[in-house]
Order: sequence, then C-alpha cells, then structure tokens
Amino acid sequence: MIEKTAAELSASLAAREVSSEELTRAYLDRISSLNEQLNAYITVCAESALEQARSADEKRAAGDSSPLLGVPIAHKDIFCTNGVTTTCGSRMLHNFVAPYDATVVENFNKAGAVLLGKTNMDEFAMGSSNETSYFGPVRNPWDTKRVPGGSSGGSAAAVAADLCAMATGTDTGGSIRQPAAFSGITGFKPSYGRVSRWGMIAFASSLDQAGPICKSAEDAALMMNVMAGHDPKDSTCANIPADDYTAGLENSLSGLRIGIPKQHFAEGLSADVEQSIRDALSEFEKLGATIKEIELPNNHLSVSAYYVVAPAEASANLSRYDGVRYGYRCEDPVDLEDMYKRTRSEGFGDEVKRRIMVGTYALSAGFYDAYYRKAQKVRRLIKNDFDLAFKDVDVVIGPTSPHTAFELGAKSDPVAMYLEDIYTIAVNLAGLPGISIPVAPVAGLPVGMHIVGDVFAESKLLNVAHQFQKHTDWHKLKPVITGGEAS
Amino acid sequence: MEWETVIGLEVHVQLSTESKLFSGSATAFGAEPNTQANIYDLALPGVLPVLNKEAVKRAVKFGLAIGAEIGKHSVFDRKNYFYPDLPKGYQVSQLDFPTVGKGSLTITLEDGSEKVIGVTRAHMEEDAGKSLHEDFHGMSGIDLNRAGTPLLEIVSEPDLRSAREAVAYLKKLHSIIRYLDISDAIMAQGSMRCDANVSIRPKGQKEFGTRTEIKNINSFRFVEKAINYEVQRQQDVIEDGGEIVQETRLYDADRDETRSMRSKEVANDYRYFPEPDLLPIELDDAFIESVRAELPELPDARKERFIRDYELSEYDAGVLTSEREMADYFEAVAKHSGDAKLAANWVSGDLLALLNKNNMEIVDSPIDAGRLGTLIARIKDDTISGKIAKTVFEAMIEDSSGVDEIIESKGLKQVTDSGEIEQLVDQVIANNPDQVQQFRDGKEQVLGFLVGQAMKLSQGKANPAIVNELLRKKMA
Repeated sequence: MIEKTAAELSASLAAREVSSEELTRAYLDRISSLNEQLNAYITVCAESALEQARSADEKRAAGDSSPLLGVPIAHKDIFCTNGVTTTCGSRMLHNFVAPYDATVVENFNKAGAVLLGKTNMDEFAMGSSNETSYFGPVRNPWDTKRVPGGSSGGSAAAVAADLCAMATGTDTGGSIRQPAAFSGITGFKPSYGRVSRWGMIAFASSLDQAGPICKSAEDAALMMNVMAGHDPKDSTCANIPADDYTAGLENSLSGLRIGIPKQHFAEGLSADVEQSIRDALSEFEKLGATIKEIELPNNHLSVSAYYVVAPAEASANLSRYDGVRYGYRCEDPVDLEDMYKRTRSEGFGDEVKRRIMVGTYALSAGFYDAYYRKAQKVRRLIKNDFDLAFKDVDVVIGPTSPHTAFELGAKSDPVAMYLEDIYTIAVNLAGLPGISIPVAPVAGLPVGMHIVGDVFAESKLLNVAHQFQKHTDWHKLKPVITGGEAS
Repeated sequence: MEWETVIGLEVHVQLSTESKLFSGSATAFGAEPNTQANIYDLALPGVLPVLNKEAVKRAVKFGLAIGAEIGKHSVFDRKNYFYPDLPKGYQVSQLDFPTVGKGSLTITLEDGSEKVIGVTRAHMEEDAGKSLHEDFHGMSGIDLNRAGTPLLEIVSEPDLRSAREAVAYLKKLHSIIRYLDISDAIMAQGSMRCDANVSIRPKGQKEFGTRTEIKNINSFRFVEKAINYEVQRQQDVIEDGGEIVQETRLYDADRDETRSMRSKEVANDYRYFPEPDLLPIELDDAFIESVRAELPELPDARKERFIRDYELSEYDAGVLTSEREMADYFEAVAKHSGDAKLAANWVSGDLLALLNKNNMEIVDSPIDAGRLGTLIARIKDDTISGKIAKTVFEAMIEDSSGVDEIIESKGLKQVTDSGEIEQLVDQVIANNPDQVQQFRDGKEQVLGFLVGQAMKLSQGKANPAIVNELLRKKMA
C-alpha cells in the first residue's frame, strides 16, 4: 500500500480499503526500518501523526471527502511547524521549535494530510547534494553510496523510498527538480508568487518557491490544489486565483509545441542522459506534439548571476541568526562582538558561511553596481530569452541535470557543485514554473526530464507531465534499497 | 575671522498608526517590555512584512503639506547592520526612491522676516527596539515594543545658518506634523527625534566645511545648545590650526557638550539593496488627490486668515496658530465672546502664562474655551470690569463652576446702581477735602485720584464711568 501514489491512496481511503491510521503506521514502520540508513528525516512525529490519522478517519466517517484527507505527508524542515522542531538543516536552529505554522503547512493541515515528520535538507537550502546538512547527508535510495540531490534531498529520498506518500520541498535554483531527477520521482517548482512563502525559512527571497515532491504529476496537481493561492501574509504572493490543477490533466497534447533549447543539449551533458531525454521526446511526438530547437542565448550567464543575487539576499536573510533571541548561542560570550562572531562561526556550516561572505562582498560599497546591479540586468535578459521562446512554443524541455546522481564527497569544489544547477537556475531567475519527471534510467540510476512553462502556466505543465506519465511507466520504477555503506 | 554656520537637520518622526509598519502589533507608548512584539517583530525564521497602508497615507500627507514631489514609485531597501535591538539584522528603509521628494517650508526669523528652508526628501523606515543596560546585573535587556514602529525621516537641505534657525525650522516642522495629526511628535518621548549636521566656513566662502553629525538631541532647547556648543568647538579647533573630522558626535545634555562616538561604531557599510520581500509602492493620482482632499488648514494659511478675519497682529496670529489646539481654542473663545481682539489678548496673555507656569498643554487647560469666552462676554456687557475679570479668571482655575456663578457667589458684579455709587462718592468727597478743593480750583488731574479712591472703596466693583460722572456733578 505504501508504494502507491497519493491519488491512489486517496481512492483507497475513500473506498475504506485502508484507514489513515493503518496507513500512517505502515509509513512509520517503514521510517523505523530505513531512516537510519537513508537519513531522510530529521524529526519524526510518530505520536502526533497517529493522532492526526485517527482524527482524519473520524472526519471521513463523518462525511469529509477532501482528496488528501488522511494521506501521510512529510514537510521539508524549512517550513515552520507549530510546536515541532524546525531546524532548516542547521546547527543554528537545532533547538528551534516554531511557534507557528507556515501557510503551506497550515493548508495541508486544513486539507487533513497527516504530518509524518520533517525532512533533511542542505543547510538553509544551500547545496545540491544534501551534504551540507548539520544532521548529516541523505543517501540516495537507488544507491546509498550516492547523493539524492539537494537541497530538498530528504523529501526526495523519503518519497522515492516510500517513507511518505508525498512531501513538500523548496526550490531556489533547482532544489526541488534536481533531487527529484536524482531520486527518480516527480518534483514541481511553481511560478514565483504562486505559493505563499510565509513561514518558509528564507534563503533568497526573490527566488525561493515551495512546491510538491511526489510520485506523479497527478499527485503534484492534487498537492498544488492545496498549496497554491494568494496569501495576504506574503506581499510577493500573486493576487490572482489559483487553478483547479487536476481539471486539465487529461487534455490532449495534440498540437503541443515543444521547444528544445540548444544550450541545454550542449557540452557537459552526459551522452546517456541526452539519449534518455531524446527517447522521451519521441514519446511526445507520438502524442501529437511538435518539436523545434530554440535558443536561450543568455543561459550561460544564469549560474553567475544566480551566485550574486542569491548570496546577496541570503547574506541579509541570515543576519537574524545572531544568538540574541532564539536558536544557537555560543558558550560564555565575553561581549557582544564575541557573541556575534562565535555564535555565527559555530552555528553555521562552511557552505552557508561561504555564501554569506560572497553576498556581503557583492553588496559592499563600490561593488554593488559591478555585481548586484549587473546580475539583476542579466536576470532581465534571461527572462527576455524565455518570453521570446514562449511566443513560438508552449513548453521548453530538456534535461534536469547534466548527469545522474554522483557519489557522496565526489564534488568537493564549490564551483563544480554550483554548475550542477546549470539547467534549472534560469527558471528561478525568470520566475517560471518547472517540473522534473523520471525518464529511462541510465545504469540503474534515475534521469529527470525538465519541462518549463510560461509564468502561471502550472496547469499546462502538469497536463504535459501527466500525459507523458499516462503513456510511460518510468515514474513507477522503484529503487531496491540495498544495505549500502553505513554512515 | 568671521564664520558662517551651516546646518542641516535629519528629523525622525514616529507616524501615529495603530499598528507597526510591517506587522499588526500595537504601537502605543509605555507598554510593558516586549508585550507589543509579535513573531514578525521578533524576526522569527520565515516571517514576512506586509506594508501598513496608513503609514503611506501619513507620509503622503506630510509631502503634500510641504508642497513636495510625491514618489509615485517608491521602493523599500534593506539597510544592513548588526545590533541586538535590530532583530532582523537589517532595517527596512528607503534609499533611492523615497515616498516624499523635494519640498520646502517657511520659517519666521527673529526680525520678522521669512526664510524658505528646503526639504531634500522624507522616507519611510522602521524603528529599532531599545537596549536596556540597567537592572540586568551586567547584562543587557532588549525591549522590542518599538521595533517596527513606522518612522518618517525628514531630511532638510543645509539651508539653516544658526541654532536659532534650526530651532525655528524644527518648531515649524512640529507644528505642521501636529496640524496633520500624523504623529504625536513628542521629543521627550522620542516620537520626534533630531540629528543635526553642523559645519562652519569663513563668511563668503562657497564650499561647505567638513561636517559633524550630532545625535541624541531630545528637546528643542537642547537642539539650540548642542549646535551652539558644536559651532564653538569647531571654531576653536580650526582657529587653533586643527581640522574637523567628519564623525558622529553624541550630545550630552548633563554636561552640555558633544562627544565623539567611537569611530568603529560609525564605520558602517550598510550594503543597501532593494527589499525583496516587498513590492514597490505604486501611487496613482486618485490616491494622492484623495489624501490632498483630507489636508486640514495648515499653520501658514491659518495665520493669514487670523490676520485678515480677526485683524490680529502678525505676532499674535503667529503665536496663536503655532499649535493647532491653540488656534482651535482661540477660535472657540473668539466665537463665544464675540470679540476676537479681547480673545487674542486673553489667550496669548493670561491663559498662556497660566499654562507655561504649570507646564501644561492647552488641551489640559483648567479653563475651557467656553468659560473664557463667557468671561470676556461679561466684560463686554459691563457685568464686570476688565480688572475684576482677572480676579474671576484666578478663581476659575480652582473652581470649575460657571463664570456667572463665580461672579455671583464672590459678589464681584459691577455696581451700576447710581444710588449706591452716590454714597461712595459722598464718602470720598468727605474724606478728601483738600483734593476736592484743588479740583474746584481747576486742577483737573486730581479727579483721577478721587475716582481711584471710590473704586478702592467699592473693591473695584463700581462702574468707573458712573463714578466719574457723579464726582464731577457733586464737585461742580
């Protein structure tokens, strides 16, 4: 039962084939047996999960038929959850119990989803391998020597290994899509402003966006129906009504115009991964889509622009972690400056400190124009590239990542790690929706196909992804979790 | 050498909104520490700002009142620095695109002439909390009640040439803000704060000298004292062959001096950048015009009207319109009494003296406008004399009953009955035979003395005109 999609579980629960309590116990058992090995969860909420499950069963008995009622979920530990430790993968917040719910969490609570726990992540969402977590790396269920991708690596591994039915993630430069690709599941980053950021711990405010990490595009649509919408508590959240994202899933792809960016099939892309993507594209042609090559001429600037904008915003967003009000504080500070210095030196890991320093530098007097202002200009160029592309095509398709999951410790050079997100980052800079879905694996490791849509074209993307999944079975492949290496 | 002083003021005004600039917490003054700080004010992880539209309205109101350009597209920025009472580690402010642009206001100098002072800009920002260094056994306490309170920072051009001018500008600003009712603007409570940029240059020189910024000045009087001290200090330094260092100095009111802050505290690179959690504020003409329609009559216009309609002197009109409440009070008294000139004399004379003596605001006056108006009406209808009115006024301070009741109960009503006055006059004639003779011999000026004697006998209550008339008649 636990291997089912959320949509299937929803049907089973509705048909009373299983109770939410039974389902929740099954997931908790699975977590007990596998979490030590995978390290997907930082916190497991066994007791409260069972309570919520029983309450969901009661509601169902009383006639509530909400689609996700009683379906067990895991939240990335970046979302504040009332009364539950919310660490953001950092020592800085290792002891922080949030006194409020993020809007995303609140929405899932209202929908009756059962919270199994909080998933591991790169510290403050900074990383592409889930190796920067203070709570240790997450392991890829397909090969535990390998990384699951990041920063939402815990959510991706938990979904792939059936440690939950569905999970939330956040994506600043690829943090939903890349781990989804590495872990053989579906990961959807909505347009900037489609999902509220209230209660989601900020990394780079103008890029961060929450989205579903799940087993199918249909599940992503069900989750989006809960997550999306205007939130008066987030001034950057779009004040336009959300779609019913399940409504258009069955639309035909006949006549769909697919753009293939030349720049995403260039040097650096592994030949095997390219073949998987091209095979998948021919599947779309069978469904009536037409394919044409397009240009995203400024794509090569995206990683550089991103690594100015994101650290700059992060350098300010992370200033609040000063040891004064909550979270980690160093032992016996002698004065204020000592408290600041040691609290932040000891509370943050290396990657976070690296980005705070880069961001601080980029914003410094005399450098602002050369870095931050220029990066914002590049951002506009990148958006223009997409605007131009969407005059001719409905969606843009390419690989999510240049290769399959790499081994832990394989990328020790920060810049090599930053290049992991070469295909995904531009989408954040342009504020567009993007989804990664599994295609044919390479050497037993999952490969993700990246589909990008125009702003607020979430329904179109989900339709395209769902139709592909309806006619293929790649998303149904499951990892065989072998012992791997003990951490 | 003759020196010229150049001053520019940066004035922070707390906008009197019910809630904070970016959160729903209350802004009331004087609450228990940290009782008016919610999760946003505490900068918990994940919180986001939501702009308080009332604050924007107040800022625009101010801009319109000083004839400023209103920024139709204004942008919030983050100003980064670490301090324990700054929970987010940055202050949300406005750098390149403030809500209020260039404007000006007019001050009146001591010689009665007017001078226009430029306002460079006024931008919105959030206030910090307070660090409390006492009562914590060597540690510091943090009170975040004030954190996030909306501020309007009003920056003047370096147009002020003396401490007196600076105070006049500050008072005019205060007056406009109080008229607009956009802030309590109480310097002692910190809802209006002033930093002064001061430099000197040889008279006639065009270039500015090196300036220092004086912080922590919390009364009109201290503004004058701090600037005067700083000007003298700069003169002494330069005349001794030294150079002025551009720095921030703190004013110490107890010792009446300015002191250099440690350079470390001021060597900040604030790394401003646009606040990504907020959208730019876009204001349309309809909104701006709706705010303009709400503008009250402002001090300058009201002063002109007082001169025109009530025929007051320039000076009296200036005094009576400096505070909105004072002007409202005066107009009520004038209306009630039917005599604007007497009303102006009483309000700017006896009443103001009473308030000053007791350090009271006009809204706390023990004598309301209605009672003062009645008092003046009783002078006009000859119920009491102007002199007796002073006695009644004194009584009114302690006694809150009606004016007529006080006059009645204290027996202060003017005597106009000629029979009664005749008795007094007879008595005066009998008691002062020498003076009566002198008068009869043609010494007119003695009459005044005799009238005075009669008034004294009547304890001031006799109608002096009748006394005068009867005396003449009897001595003829």
